[in-house]
Amino acid sequence: MLYVVSTKHRSLALLGITLLVQVLLLAVQIRRSEDGRGDVRLIRVWAVAAVSPFQRAGAWAVDNVSGAWDSYIGLQNTHQKNQQLQAENAQLKLRNQELESRAAEGMRLAALLQFQSGHSETQMVAARVIGAGAVGGANRIIYINRGEAHGLRRNLPVITPDGVVGKTLEVFADTAQVLLLSDKESGVGALFADSRTQGVARGQGEPWLLLDYVINGEQVLPGQRIVTSGQDRIFPKDLPVGEVLDTAPGAPFQKIRVRPAARLDRLEEVLVLLSNKEFTPIAAAGKEPAPPAQ
Amino acid sequence: MALRNQVEQHIEVHKYSFLAVWGTVFLALLLQASLPVYFPRASLLELPLLMTLYFGLSRRNPSSGLLLGMTVGLLQDAVSRIPIGLYGIAKTLMGFGASSIGARLDVEHPFARALLTFAFFHAHQIVFAFTRRLLLQESEVFFSTDLLTGSLLNAAFAVLLFPLLDKLRK
Repeated sequence: MLYVVSTKHRSLALLGITLLVQVLLLAVQIRRSEDGRGDVRLIRVWAVAAVSPFQRAGAWAVDNVSGAWDSYIGLQNTHQKNQQLQAENAQLKLRNQELESRAAEGMRLAALLQFQSGHSETQMVAARVIGAGAVGGANRIIYINRGEAHGLRRNLPVITPDGVVGKTLEVFADTAQVLLLSDKESGVGALFADSRTQGVARGQGEPWLLLDYVINGEQVLPGQRIVTSGQDRIFPKDLPVGEVLDTAPGAPFQKIRVRPAARLDRLEEVLVLLSNKEFTPIAAAGKEPAPPAQ
Repeated sequence: MALRNQVEQHIEVHKYSFLAVWGTVFLALLLQASLPVYFPRASLLELPLLMTLYFGLSRRNPSSGLLLGMTVGLLQDAVSRIPIGLYGIAKTLMGFGASSIGARLDVEHPFARALLTFAFFHAHQIVFAFTRRLLLQESEVFFSTDLLTGSLLNAAFAVLLFPLLDKLRK
C-alpha cells in the first residue's frame, strides 16, 4: 500500500515537472506583443509578472519604513539641525550682503578709474570717505583718507564722476576735511549749461542748493542743467553742479532751487583735483543728475 | 481498497523491448509526417497519439507513460511548424492518463480500446487547443465535425493496429 501511494505521488510529481518544463519551453519560444512595444518573450512577461509584485511590495515597505524613519525617528535632531541651518543662513546672508557691497564698491571704483583715466591731463587723487561730521546740522562736512602726504591742500575741488561735491577745508597729514556743496557756508560759481547765464550756487544746509543772482526776467525752467562757471577760481569750468528743481520770483533775484548732480548723501569715494585747470566736462550729454538727498 | 488491490493484481503488465517501442514510435512519426503528402485525408490519423495510448495502456506505468508521451509529443512538435511543447504537453497528459487507466482497467477488449481511443483523441484535442489559446492566444477549435471524423477513424484504426502491436510483447 505504501509502495502504491509512493509510486502514485512520484508519478504525479513527475507529471507536474514535465508539464512545467514544457510550459517554460513554450514560454521561451513564444513572443508576445506588449502594448505595441515590440515582441517580448512570454517567459520574460511571466518572469516580470512574477517578480514585480514582490518588487512593488519591497519598494512599498522600504518607502514606508524610510518614511516613518524620516517622519518620526529621524526628527530627533531636527531642532538642532534647524538651528544650525538658521545660523548658516544668517552667515550666508551676511556674506551675501558683504559681496553685494563689494560688488557695488567695485563698480564705483571702476567708474572713478574710468573718469580718472579719461582726464589724464588733470592731476587728481582718489580718496575714500572715512567719516562725516555734523550731518543734519548747519555744517556739512566729510572726512577723506587723503591729506598733505598725498598732495592735498586747502580749497581744492572735490568731485565725483556725477558732479561737484565740495572743496577741501582743513587738510591734515593723512586726512582732510571736505566742505560739502550743501553746507550753508559753501558756494560755487555756476551758470546755466545752455543759456550761459551766471549765478552762484549756495548751500542751504538742505539737500538742495539755491542758485542766486539770477534776475527775475531770466527764463528758468525745471530740469535745466547747471555747471560750474570757473569764476570762483576753485572749481574748473563746466563741471556739473545740478539741475533746476523749481523756481520762484524773488526780490531782487529769482529763488531757484537746484538738485545737486553728485549724490551728496551717499558719498563713499571721491576725487580731489589737485589743480583747477579746465578739462573736458565730466558729465556726458544727457546724464541723469542724482535725485535730491534726503 | 483490498478489492481494488485484488483487481489491480489481476491486470497483466506487458513489457516491450526498447527497439520495439522506439522503432514503432519512430515509424509512426515518419508516417505521420509523410502520409499526408500523398494522401491528404491521412492527416486525420494521429499515429503518435495511438502509439502513446497503446504503450500507456499496455505498460500501465504512469511515469513511463507520461515520459513516452512527452518524448513522442516533443518529437512531433519538432517535425511540425509549431512551438515545441504544444504536442508535448498534450501527449504527456494523454500518456499519463492512458497508463493510469491501464493500471486499473483491463483494456484488451477491442471495444474498450476503440472507446478509449475515441475519448483520448478528444481529450488530446482539448488540451492542445487550450494550450494554444492560452499561451499563443490563437483560436483553435475544441470540437468540429472533422475532429469527430478523425476521432472515429482513429478509434477504428486503433482496433486494427493495437492487436498488431500486441505481437511485439515480450
